[in-house]
Amino acid sequence: MSDQTALSDTVSMALGDAVTGKLEFRGELTLLTTAERIVEVLRYLKDQQHFNMLADETCVDYYPKSPRFGMIYQLYSTSKNVRLRIKLMLGETNPVVPSACAVFENANWFERELYDLLGIQFSDHPDLRRIMMPPGWEGHPLRKEHPVKVEEVAFTFNRKRIDEGKIYARE
Amino acid sequence: MGLEQKLGDMGIVTTSLEKVVGWARSNAIWPMLFGLACCAIEMMSTQASRYDLSRFGMELMRASPRQSDLMIVAGRVSRKMAPVLRNLYDQMPDPKWVIAMGDCASCGGVFNNYAIVQGVDEIVPVDVYVAGCPPRPETLIDGILKLQEKIKKEPLTKWQ
Repeated sequence: MSDQTALSDTVSMALGDAVTGKLEFRGELTLLTTAERIVEVLRYLKDQQHFNMLADETCVDYYPKSPRFGMIYQLYSTSKNVRLRIKLMLGETNPVVPSACAVFENANWFERELYDLLGIQFSDHPDLRRIMMPPGWEGHPLRKEHPVKVEEVAFTFNRKRIDEGKIYARE
Repeated sequence: MGLEQKLGDMGIVTTSLEKVVGWARSNAIWPMLFGLACCAIEMMSTQASRYDLSRFGMELMRASPRQSDLMIVAGRVSRKMAPVLRNLYDQMPDPKWVIAMGDCASCGGVFNNYAIVQGVDEIVPVDVYVAGCPPRPETLIDGILKLQEKIKKEPLTKWQ
């Protein structure tokens, strides 16, 4: 994978300490960066390295590890057929990342989804509101502290309590 | 209805108004198109040529709630879809009935999580629950026949 070594060297050279590390696993290159420099990194990769497509923007909840959240940007270059992953870590309290909307427009809905399901805040996002869950929803369902089940399994001793939720069942 | 025995040569039938109205209602149910998930595929199959739902007088799947009197909730209802479902139900003219088709619509099914309503009986009154994941077309037809029996027995005073 000498192409990837060359790519990571070029990017590290151009961006200096914005690239804080790199990982290679099974031929996939991951560059590590920080929340403050992410827009700069994406801008450089799009304009100078032809990574013209943000294939995915997602986040992982590493609870109970610290830092807790790992933001992941999957980039793809349609002209060179090269993929690249950018990753940065966020702390548990008040996770804020600058929005990537100014660089990649499709980041808009990705970031709304992350805000909705994981509670990541995006500064400078044009329209940061819930996209999957209803507007009045409380909590962020993909966080690990969110309860997995909403209804317990019905037995004879809790049958009545469950039935109370089904207000139209007896009509 | 057993009217044939009473039917003489005069061409006159004596029965009660409730029975006639119930018979008429039960044999011309117009279900609303409300496919939400994989159960909808079985519902389409029920309606198509092999199982032919129109044998029981309901060949018209209405796209508008205002023209329909049966809502077949075919599939899981998400929390975001729940207000829409209730809204459509409120738009249907009386008399109206609801079939919860499949496990998801009946009790949440395998989706015991934050996003799915644990049975549509939380939001609309359900007349018949059809079990299965998804139910086969025969099962749905059986549920509809059960509903027809129920409609035939309904007193007129219920829908004033």
